[in-house]
Amino acid sequence: MYAFEIERPSTIAAAASALAHDGAQALSGGQTLIPSLKARLASPEVLISLTGIGEMQGVCIADDGSLCIGGATTHATVTRDAATKFPALAHLASMIGDPAVRNRGTVGGSLANNDPSACYPAAALGTGATIVTNTRKIAADDYFQGMFSTALHEGEIITEVRFPVPHKANYQKFVQPASRFALVGVFVAKYAGGVRVAVTGASDSGVFRWTAAETALSANFAASALDGLTVDPDGMIADLHGTPEYRAHLIKVMTKRAVAAA
Amino acid sequence: MPKDSGIGASSKRREDVRFLTGRGKYTADIQLHGQTYAAFARSNMAHARIVSIDTAAAEAMPGVLAVFTGADFAAVGGNPAGWLINSRDGTPMKEPKRPVLAHGKVRHVGDAYAAVIAETVEQAQAGVEALGAVFDELPAIVDMAAAVANPSNRVHDEIADNVCYDWGWIEDNRAAVDAAFKSAPHVTTLKLINNRLVPNAMEPRASIGVYDPGTEDYKLYTTSQNPHLTRLLVAAFVLGIPEHKLNVIAPDVGGGFGSKIYHYGEEALVLAASKRLGRPVKWVADRTESFLSDAHGRDHVTTIQLALEKDGTFLALRTETLANVGAYLSNFSTVTPTYLHGTLMAGPYKTPLVYVNVKTVFTNTAPVDAYRGAGRPEATYSIERVVDMAARELGLDPWELRAKNFITPDMFPYTTPVALQYDTGNYQATLDKLVELSDKAGFEGRAAESASRGKLRGLGLSTWVEACGIAPSALVGALGARIGLYDAATVRVNPTGNISVMVGAHSHGQGHETVFAQVVSSMLGIPEANIDIVHGDTAKIPFGMGSYGSRSLAVCGSAMTKAVDKIIAKGKKIAAHMLEAAEGDIVFENGNFSVTGTDKKKTFGEIAFSAYVPHNYPLETLEPGLEETAFYDPANFTYPAGAYACEVEVDPETGKVEVMAFTCADDFGNVMNPMIVEGQVHGGVAQGIGQALLENTTYDATGQLTTASYMDYTMPRADDLPMYVVDHSCSTPCTHNPLGVKGCGEAGAIGSPPAVVNAVIDALARAGRPVAHIDMPLSPSRVWAAMNA
Repeated sequence: MYAFEIERPSTIAAAASALAHDGAQALSGGQTLIPSLKARLASPEVLISLTGIGEMQGVCIADDGSLCIGGATTHATVTRDAATKFPALAHLASMIGDPAVRNRGTVGGSLANNDPSACYPAAALGTGATIVTNTRKIAADDYFQGMFSTALHEGEIITEVRFPVPHKANYQKFVQPASRFALVGVFVAKYAGGVRVAVTGASDSGVFRWTAAETALSANFAASALDGLTVDPDGMIADLHGTPEYRAHLIKVMTKRAVAAA
Repeated sequence: MPKDSGIGASSKRREDVRFLTGRGKYTADIQLHGQTYAAFARSNMAHARIVSIDTAAAEAMPGVLAVFTGADFAAVGGNPAGWLINSRDGTPMKEPKRPVLAHGKVRHVGDAYAAVIAETVEQAQAGVEALGAVFDELPAIVDMAAAVANPSNRVHDEIADNVCYDWGWIEDNRAAVDAAFKSAPHVTTLKLINNRLVPNAMEPRASIGVYDPGTEDYKLYTTSQNPHLTRLLVAAFVLGIPEHKLNVIAPDVGGGFGSKIYHYGEEALVLAASKRLGRPVKWVADRTESFLSDAHGRDHVTTIQLALEKDGTFLALRTETLANVGAYLSNFSTVTPTYLHGTLMAGPYKTPLVYVNVKTVFTNTAPVDAYRGAGRPEATYSIERVVDMAARELGLDPWELRAKNFITPDMFPYTTPVALQYDTGNYQATLDKLVELSDKAGFEGRAAESASRGKLRGLGLSTWVEACGIAPSALVGALGARIGLYDAATVRVNPTGNISVMVGAHSHGQGHETVFAQVVSSMLGIPEANIDIVHGDTAKIPFGMGSYGSRSLAVCGSAMTKAVDKIIAKGKKIAAHMLEAAEGDIVFENGNFSVTGTDKKKTFGEIAFSAYVPHNYPLETLEPGLEETAFYDPANFTYPAGAYACEVEVDPETGKVEVMAFTCADDFGNVMNPMIVEGQVHGGVAQGIGQALLENTTYDATGQLTTASYMDYTMPRADDLPMYVVDHSCSTPCTHNPLGVKGCGEAGAIGSPPAVVNAVIDALARAGRPVAHIDMPLSPSRVWAAMNA
């Protein structure tokens, strides 16, 4: 680890101001950043911790019925406080990492990093969530722009995420055996206006919507509605833990299981 | 009624109190006055010539005290192989020098070519980054078959075909084995890979070198399974330090599994650096360094063939193996694929003809050496997979096929065609016990229940025998060992009757501090709490060859009982004097020396006190004091054996395998502490299931380690494992050591992988989707691919 300074502002405004300086780096849980620092793969001059900002903490229901989660809210808090309001999301959070990770890692940190195997991107895209930052609101469909790439500007802070609560939903995660990130994770959400299906872990382009499945499930929300569909392995991740063909196959298996469990 | 102390009791592990409360003292916990820190520059190329290393910028960095490169050690010795193996044609193996720091070439990713010493760890790391090293990259040699086939591309310039040796066992059997195969009614052939593993001890390697300019003494704190062996290697072979000027201390050590048997260059570096600087030099590996530079395990590519009668009678067995030794010869790397592997290829079976051929190959990968089981897991996996496959090919029951070919109890002692002499065993007894404990009769019902949930259930079996407590020294010497394989213990009775026992075995998780005290307690009739076991310090213990190969109790424990016998013999002399009786009339029982047939007695404590306060003592014929040392060189290996059953469920949609049950029926001879034995089996089986389903170590074509962190290297975790059923009631005590004990530390890792794989193959066959073989680890993607091939 290289030497660095750390600041812990208590307001969004102070954090945004601190992040405007060259060499500043936001820290929100640090489950990816801290290991990178320890491996001397990153050398920020100053870390701006976002976890001391009260207005970025907690879970609540907005006037429009969506579930709002502060950007610096830990997975453990989401597991606990979303359990009755949005059980599928609470369940997703409960399966991230281990207790130590869940007590440190945050929803904002996960979405800002946009690891192609992370779980939260599937929930955000699968629900059509709104990513609220200190300067604007970004629809999930516009937010995810490929592996580790998002619509966020330099220094922009995810202050809140608003998840429309579906009638039915489920997340199925087939874990990569070593990391226990998603080898394939599928979030299925059924709304009055239709069904959304978001897939994480599988694609070279990061989280994506399986639109053919959405169409089929919007017409008939049953696992059997997917029988005739296949996923094209082209563009799927190839690594030690699975071929593109295996991941494409798992997407369908996990989607069916999610529909059955929703 | 379970015993509550002494031999046979499940005494709680006394050392766990300090381990579980954070009071253990590991090398990294030791902080010395004036301590400095070493960081190593490690190659990020698999194979390259070192053109130049500019150290000027690094030396000018803040806090940097010294920089070392390979040139600094060009004049000292190399880290030797501990065993000389001859090829089939009688020529000795190729033994390239293994330097302290790479010199001339780097030969694997992680190969250390320089070290920087600084006031802090961060300054040392910054110094490493400031080194200006220029390399001329060479093609990486990763695949063993290609390494052998391409003689111009060389890991070591002087070794043309990258082969260390081409070993045959037993060469004189070869023609007869080949003839048997020519006429055999059935031959089963299996090509398999025994996957490379990273040992992953919980505590990474660490070393502190301390030089005292006043006395010219060195001290080395290090993570070692055998401090005397490390002293011998680093002092006599590498740095030329007289042994009496070097004290090696291996304090609490957090697991080894073989990887901490060996001497590594980092130990020599911190000693040499401490002398140059006159200050202690400390190094603690990070996890990445552990992945890159600890000696790995396994990595065999084997073709095994079994010749049978149509009724299943085994006629002959032969194997051809390429064994990866990595870039350099680690200390036990040459014996592991040969005398710890080829000699086990008879297994528990009376196969009359066996021939084993092993070519050990240099590659641009980390050194490979003994890892829990060391050769015997490789042998057992090959045998137990080909036997299972033969049963399927011939339509025979795999349980019955094994039983039909077992060496039977009346045949012991039994000399195998690969030259081991099994002293005792009863393989049918453990198999029968396994049938009972695994509820084999209820399997079909469980399979139906699994099927109702869409899962494929399978049952796999492995019956195995292993050889541990490697010995005797005269034999291993004749076979090429450069060390003896005895052990030693000193029993020091203090004036008030409590006892310190200094043992050559080293405990790094095994529980010696508890078990050895139980044995002494039973022998002397004094409470376990009055006995301390001292180990891991060459200045305190008489000598010792350390702990590996499941040898501690069988070898060092035997030395300890011999020393206790001497204590009792001397005590009788003292008692005879004090009780005014003939020595032959003194009996020692329950901690009392008494005159037979009378009520006259002295307690052990009274005798001990008299030995140190010899007012009424036979000084004219007997020295005062009560301290005895014994060395013990075993007459033979010990041969634990057992039968293991694994039940799995396969998810046909994803290929994921779940272990539903794992049952072990072991024969460990006499058991000193049942709880600790069961714990050893649990840990071994966890590592065996890890190898079978989860763990793999892969290098890409350029020699980069692609599984260099826990993001890609799958360690077994608690939820990957079932509740085990473990039994050791089928005991045939070892015939040649005083306690009648056999080793138990590696059994679980030896016997379990084939049981797991056989279970998956069984599940697929029962489901009508037969697959002949899947190489380990049977990860979800591999199983799915095999099912859909």
